[in-house]
Amino acid sequence: MSDLLAARSQMAVSLAFHIVFAMVGIAMPVLMVVAERRWQVTGQDVYLELARRWAKGTAILFAVGAVSGTVLSFELGLLWPEFMRFAGPIIGMPFSLEGFAFFTEAIFLGVYLYGWERISRRAHLAAGVLVAVSGGLSGIFVVIANAWMNTPTGFELVAGRAVNVDPLAAMANPAALPQAVHMALAAYAATGLGVAGIHAFLLLKDPSNAFHRRALVIALLVGGPAAVLQPVAGDFAARHVARHQPTKLAAAEALFETTAPAPLVLGGWPDVAARRTRGAIEIPYGLSLLAFHDPRAEVKGLDVVPRDEWPNVPIVHFAFQLMVALGTYMALVALWAGWRGWRGKDLAHDRRLMRALALATPMGFIATEAGWVVTEVGRQPWVIYGVLKTADAVTPMPGLIVPFLTFTLLYCFLGAIVSWLLYRQIIRSPRVTE
Amino acid sequence: MSLAELVAGIIVVALNAYALLGGADFGGGVWDLLARGPRRERQRQLIAEAIGPVWEANHVWLILAIVLLFTCFPPAFARLGTLLHIPLSLVLIGIVLRGSAFTFWRYGGGAGGGHGSETERHWGVVFAIASLITPLLLGTTVGSIASGALGEGGRGKGEGFFQVYVGPWLTPFALSVGVFALIAFAFLAAVYLTLEAQERELQEDFRRRALGAGVALFFAALAALLLSQRWAPRVREALIFAPWAVPLHLLTAATAVTALAALWRRRWRVARVAAATQVSLILWGWALAQYPYVLPPDLPVEAAAAPAVTLRLVLAALALGALVLLPSLYYLLRIFKSRQPSEVP
Repeated sequence: MSDLLAARSQMAVSLAFHIVFAMVGIAMPVLMVVAERRWQVTGQDVYLELARRWAKGTAILFAVGAVSGTVLSFELGLLWPEFMRFAGPIIGMPFSLEGFAFFTEAIFLGVYLYGWERISRRAHLAAGVLVAVSGGLSGIFVVIANAWMNTPTGFELVAGRAVNVDPLAAMANPAALPQAVHMALAAYAATGLGVAGIHAFLLLKDPSNAFHRRALVIALLVGGPAAVLQPVAGDFAARHVARHQPTKLAAAEALFETTAPAPLVLGGWPDVAARRTRGAIEIPYGLSLLAFHDPRAEVKGLDVVPRDEWPNVPIVHFAFQLMVALGTYMALVALWAGWRGWRGKDLAHDRRLMRALALATPMGFIATEAGWVVTEVGRQPWVIYGVLKTADAVTPMPGLIVPFLTFTLLYCFLGAIVSWLLYRQIIRSPRVTE
Repeated sequence: MSLAELVAGIIVVALNAYALLGGADFGGGVWDLLARGPRRERQRQLIAEAIGPVWEANHVWLILAIVLLFTCFPPAFARLGTLLHIPLSLVLIGIVLRGSAFTFWRYGGGAGGGHGSETERHWGVVFAIASLITPLLLGTTVGSIASGALGEGGRGKGEGFFQVYVGPWLTPFALSVGVFALIAFAFLAAVYLTLEAQERELQEDFRRRALGAGVALFFAALAALLLSQRWAPRVREALIFAPWAVPLHLLTAATAVTALAALWRRRWRVARVAAATQVSLILWGWALAQYPYVLPPDLPVEAAAAPAVTLRLVLAALALGALVLLPSLYYLLRIFKSRQPSEVP
């Protein structure tokens, strides 16, 4: 394994690990605040129990998210010193803002978790709201920094150095909005449907347990709308990528030649040497329609750049298909549940719906990981698109396979422990009758 | 004072806050490991209750310092990340294990958050050992910076892997600073815990520990000073001959004596203020001694600084952030650090 590949792998493992906890840290506070508010309004103790248990799960996941986020902020320098030397002054701004948002989140999470008996009900709920808001903001700031790597703005390149730096223009880079919306929805959809799925699974055995029934409704109210809106946001993001990062879209769609009109390629295995995709289903005009909302539009293929500037096509193509397939399933299940709820049906006794929801439990997280593979692997060989190559950003330190393996083992270990702790907490859920 | 100096000063303020707050959380872990005697479990319980609500907020000071460093002094961040890759990676592993083990320990149990069972004690041990190693290595990186070993590409010391990536930090001086940091954090934690404890016996336990750590801190400082002669001559010179040096040392000595005397006479609040001031003064002494360099001997503040527009925006963001942060922090500490401790949810 080359040092560059080891560094990329360590960064990928660190991001993939952190993103799960970050998403839960963004969306879980919304669930627990809604449950607490329902308790204050209805006086039903089952809602208080729910808020406290969700808070306990959030405490574990937030702590792991906080420390794995610290690892990432250091790894920017440990693995990519040349990237930070270039990018720090331009894109440090959203990281600074994220620092403050995260600070607020950590402070009020402490107040929320340990303050049940120490502050008034109203102050306690307000602390939860602040956790939810600052969690959402900190996610958005980090995504803005990543969006800049895809569509760098706010500087001029003169002889390899950045001059006329404008950090505000860098924050307002074109990819910032579509990526931030897509990621925020992903956090709410994945966490909401993830929690709904767990309770749906438990309702299959015990459909009249009020604890799980209340939990299911709250989780669906948070995750459902996000899952339904996500395909729209995804379309917005993809059309943006088509215009600003044509090679990323071409890799995602395995489009080797610039084509007009371009078909949508479903499945298949891209044969990079032969420059064609085997075993795929092609929908004529599909890609032109999706990317430009025009059936005749020309879609740029990988041939617009030299071969050595292609990303890894099979990985990006597969990850993209996986993300779209899982996202579509989640949107459909959310619509189904919404329709049943709208008609006033008892969701918990609908066994087919409960099974479909239980199946969706991990899907949002897998789809998000796949989406990040598309955006990160799809940008290669660049770390800053069109400006700085990943190979020129890596640390000169040799033997990077050692830290890569060390952090991978550490994260596997922590992942196993967290899963076990959550499993233990879930199987101990209470039996509450109506 | 230039913009760059102002930001550099704010980074030292963040590091100072991290040492006083986050440092004490690490120090708590040290006393968990060293819990002895008939009140062993009650000592651990007290430490966990003191750390629980605040450690995550305290930890963010370090993130703030790092973010300010990479935004405003990117060449310094790049060089630190490259030459101190090994100790900083180990610091990260320590931070990850400390935070997660503490949370697993406190929240891993049943609905009541009970602890004391076998598996949960394992997490307590991981938490305590990580609390020992992390400050040691953090202090070592500070010692390595102060010793001026992180010159241009680290090439001053030779070309091999060891010379470039290990030599700059594996020195007696850098390690002595690590030991110093560890003892300072343990000292702070013990002093704070005398105030947190509600029972007289527990107060006495931590009073004895604080007094012991306070004396040990003096010897650790002496060792670092002696070693600096050979390994960190530049910083040593500034710490002895600069115009501010003698007043600073006198003030530090006065706070150190005050802290010990206050502990002796069980004036817990006075001891807390004096100990915190003492550790802060030592940190500022380091910062002043290496001024005007971010990384001595060849990376001055002005040369490492980002463009002025970035510095101005960051300062504006800091001012705005402080408006949110300071009242929030005050609120957090008022709730949890001024009344009777309560059970974990």
